[in-house]
Amino acid sequence: MDLQELNKMSRIPLPYSQKVIDLFRNPKNQGKMENPTVTSVAGNPACGDMITFYMKIKDQKIIEKITFESYGCAANIATASIVTEMIKGMSLENIWKELTWKKVAEEAGGLPSVKSHCGILAVGAVKRAIRKFYQNESSVPSWIPQDLTYEEKQAMEEEELAEKLAKKLNVPE
Amino acid sequence: MVENVKELIKAHEGLKHEVYLDNENSTIVPNEILETMLPYYNKRAYGNPTLTHKPGWEAFETIMKSAQKISDFIGAKILEEITFTPGATEANNLAIIGSTFSKRNNGKKIVISEIEPISVLHVSEMLKKFGFSIIKIPVDGKGFVNLEKLSEMVDKETALVSIATVNNEIGTIQPIKEAVKRVKEKNPNTLFHTDASDAFGRIPLNVIDLQVDMATINSYKILGPRGIGALYCREGLEVEKILEGQIGTQKLWPGIENTPLIVGFTKASELAFQDFQLNVDYMTRLRDKLLNGILDELSDVKLNGPKNEKRTPDNLNISILRCEGEALTIEMSLRGIYISSGSACSRRLLQPSHVLVAIGRKYSEAHGSILMKITREHTEEDISYVLKELPVAVKRLRGIVGSTRVE
Repeated sequence: MDLQELNKMSRIPLPYSQKVIDLFRNPKNQGKMENPTVTSVAGNPACGDMITFYMKIKDQKIIEKITFESYGCAANIATASIVTEMIKGMSLENIWKELTWKKVAEEAGGLPSVKSHCGILAVGAVKRAIRKFYQNESSVPSWIPQDLTYEEKQAMEEEELAEKLAKKLNVPE
Repeated sequence: MVENVKELIKAHEGLKHEVYLDNENSTIVPNEILETMLPYYNKRAYGNPTLTHKPGWEAFETIMKSAQKISDFIGAKILEEITFTPGATEANNLAIIGSTFSKRNNGKKIVISEIEPISVLHVSEMLKKFGFSIIKIPVDGKGFVNLEKLSEMVDKETALVSIATVNNEIGTIQPIKEAVKRVKEKNPNTLFHTDASDAFGRIPLNVIDLQVDMATINSYKILGPRGIGALYCREGLEVEKILEGQIGTQKLWPGIENTPLIVGFTKASELAFQDFQLNVDYMTRLRDKLLNGILDELSDVKLNGPKNEKRTPDNLNISILRCEGEALTIEMSLRGIYISSGSACSRRLLQPSHVLVAIGRKYSEAHGSILMKITREHTEEDISYVLKELPVAVKRLRGIVGSTRVE
């Protein structure tokens, strides 16, 4: 959406669900992990929205342990927490095939539309981590396409947009 | 969605102390003001002020007396220079559109500052469609408008300059008198409008002394009811009305005057100006107690805007680094303390506050900004409560950020 249009959008109070607020108050699996198998970051401090995941992956390519750190709004913190709970114990392949931002949003009890990007960012970060894990192993399985998935692309676009805005706004007219 | 909001409100149950500091965006109306307004709904002066019966005449008398008082408070010459509008947004629209569309005007250039309130920014932006060009004057790191640049940009094409007397986000008091002088030196026909909403009741304000042509003031910024404000237009100034309808007692704003709100606005003004210096000193003391307490408790906190007497007494705007503003407003709300933030999330945009960006704050600093405004209704206990809760809230959120690099 054009920024001029965004500026004119109505500003309803962000109707976070009870679950989002509960997880904002008491996030699960939060904190840095020592010696993770893989970490990934998505977002940009310029958007005020950043997630880091730390994953410990077992031999059978199963997530044994996952934690997160988050710089962002209540939805960002809650969705990160939700994602860790959703994928803990799952195989990387199943995560790749089943995890979508829509499922995360559903699990969050619905996200206000302007906050869907928080879910997208969290899923984008997870997919990045999985891609990175296999790249590190130098054996990318066939179910990981070369092209980026929707969430990975969106995360990248948000990061790029933030950079662009930061540049654009700092140039006086 | 309304169901969700119900749950959100329920999550606040059991709060022992509540402190409302979001006086930038709305305020609590003190009982004293409400009680003054109430009789005007059904006891007296409830008529249309243009009609020929007792309730109408009472309304007429009330509105004229109110306009007289308001004009006295800003140093206007006559009460006809005051037009009541539904708020500052409408007054700013009237000033900018009404003056640039008037017959006398033939310039097609509007000069504003980079940190004008949203209504001024948007209405100027809209006028581009009508062939106007908009020039934004930069500000320095404390929010002061660059006067050299202002002089440079005003020319024979400049129809209007609009610069707020006080910035609503960071409390910077602009040298308006000097700005007007420079503008008129370059082009005596250029009109000068100032949104003085955040100056009224906080600093001495005199439109004759400042030599402005138009000035906006707003009721809720001085604890009056929302939905009422006023535009001062210098006597003899040609301004077109911008809405069509039945003209009442005011030629620039159609529709039936809202007598109870006008009464509330007037009462709020009286209370702000009675014991003016006492109020100012009191707000300054509480504001400084809050700022110093925060600086004592928390590291990596930056004050946004000027520090000295060039800042209004009510305004406190700080950037708390490594702490996202929207998350903090929610965290604080759950503790009974209501504040706002210039973070992008809080504004539902990817952009943080344009004011903070204009004074050179990095995005990460703007995202961690919070705005709090003190009123004379706050108590020492309120401030102590905020000082007890805010550091705990910030430390929790910084804990979640952990080692994530956000600089």
